[in-house]
Amino acid sequence: MKEWIEKQSYIIDFTLSSLLRRKVKNFGLLALYTLIVFILASVMFFTYSIKKEASLILKNSPEIIVQKVMAGRHELFPASHVEALKKIRGASSVQPRLWGYYFDSYAGANYTLLVPPLEDETPPTTGKITVVENEEGSAAKPAQPLFRFHGAELQPGTLIIGQGVARARNTAPGDFMPFRAMDGTILNLRIADVLSSESELVSSDLILMTEDDFRKLFGIGKEFVTDVTVAVSNAREVTTVAAKIVKILPDSRPIVRDEILRTYDSIFNWRGGMMIVIFSAAVLAFVIFAWDKASGLSAGERREIGILKAVGWETSDVIQMKFWEGAVISLTAFFSGVILAYIHVFFTGSMVFEPALKGWSNLYPHFALKPFVSLEQLTTLFILTVVPYTVATIVPTWRAATIDPDSAMRNTGE
Amino acid sequence: MRKSTLFLWSILVQAIVLGLLLAHAAVSENASQGSLAEKAELVKTLKLTDLCLFTEARYTRHLSQADLNTPFQDHPLSLEHFPSGSFTQPPPGITQRP
Repeated sequence: MKEWIEKQSYIIDFTLSSLLRRKVKNFGLLALYTLIVFILASVMFFTYSIKKEASLILKNSPEIIVQKVMAGRHELFPASHVEALKKIRGASSVQPRLWGYYFDSYAGANYTLLVPPLEDETPPTTGKITVVENEEGSAAKPAQPLFRFHGAELQPGTLIIGQGVARARNTAPGDFMPFRAMDGTILNLRIADVLSSESELVSSDLILMTEDDFRKLFGIGKEFVTDVTVAVSNAREVTTVAAKIVKILPDSRPIVRDEILRTYDSIFNWRGGMMIVIFSAAVLAFVIFAWDKASGLSAGERREIGILKAVGWETSDVIQMKFWEGAVISLTAFFSGVILAYIHVFFTGSMVFEPALKGWSNLYPHFALKPFVSLEQLTTLFILTVVPYTVATIVPTWRAATIDPDSAMRNTGE
Repeated sequence: MRKSTLFLWSILVQAIVLGLLLAHAAVSENASQGSLAEKAELVKTLKLTDLCLFTEARYTRHLSQADLNTPFQDHPLSLEHFPSGSFTQPPPGITQRP
């Protein structure tokens, strides 16, 4: 065994010296290979983490949302229909929601305006909601609720805003924020508090306001709400209740929680536009590598093999040398690429992807993704990058190493 | 030091760093339970339906609540033109109709 290890060490020594003789080519190859692994691993880390976080956060979203649809568009829901929904057997609670969008021409950003729903009939799982920062702006500590939020604290004429809104408007609690109402009047609302930076992934663009202020701003009468949430006591009856809703209100569209979760499961799917561009570019680059290797050796490499065989190397030794050549490059590229990708996604906030993710929006949440890593995906990446390259290095060498050393040295062509 | 020893050390160090990062992921996952619970509670209290990822259009801000005719919602020739549209797919409720 010791002998075998010693022999491999000598072969690795020789391989590294051989690689260093072609420094520019091999370092270029290593850099490009690392870049491919980095991009693929970054996409993998980012998408897996965001999907996992979405599934954990949104599992508490409403069981059924009922929208009214008119001429193919989401329309305001008549409040009178709420009573009809309450009569459905299996629906434990029906609550109207009031929410909408407001474009702020000053910041060039879109906000989501929301009236906090009334306290649910079912008691909350915990007695505190710690999502608001104090007036000094210091982050709320989970153990220290700074704001007891159940809709009651929000006074008429006040707002609670998300961190993204505070950044876009450069405002803080105590400041006033003007809104242009539908009748042209200006509504000046005071910022009572800011939602915590911890919750930015769901609350960055939120503005919470009272029902009266919301209705005044958009000119929506009491007879309308935006949509309705329906809670179902038995989870297995959700689909049945949704079917009953459509039967009672044919112009409505129920959206069940499972659809919401599946929406985020398919986000950043590899078949999606930008993803397929990234993947096909990476795969194409990798195919070029493998093709370059598999299509044959250069005349210099062929001569090198001829000389090695002439001085007494066995065919198996030459193949081992080439195996190590492939392994040195692919292992180094794999480890460096994955380590850099992890740092990129979880320590620098995916700074390479950020400009693309921001798109045209002026308001983008600043969130630190929780590092969820799938070992299965990491293993797949290893198998798809390291193994094909190493094999592609060995195959042409085996062909060259089996021919006569004399002819290998003669037909150099250099 | 021999080149082979140097190489094996470098691979070992990289493997250890990767191992530490995976350990960091596992530790962070446990440590972030509180923060995730807080976000989940906010979603429950405010009855939220979507992540705030793309605020550029209403159908990208609330992906799961998008109209059935998204992205042709403004007029028939209003083709998808927001960059975030290239990262997302239509909700399954739209693409997989019974």
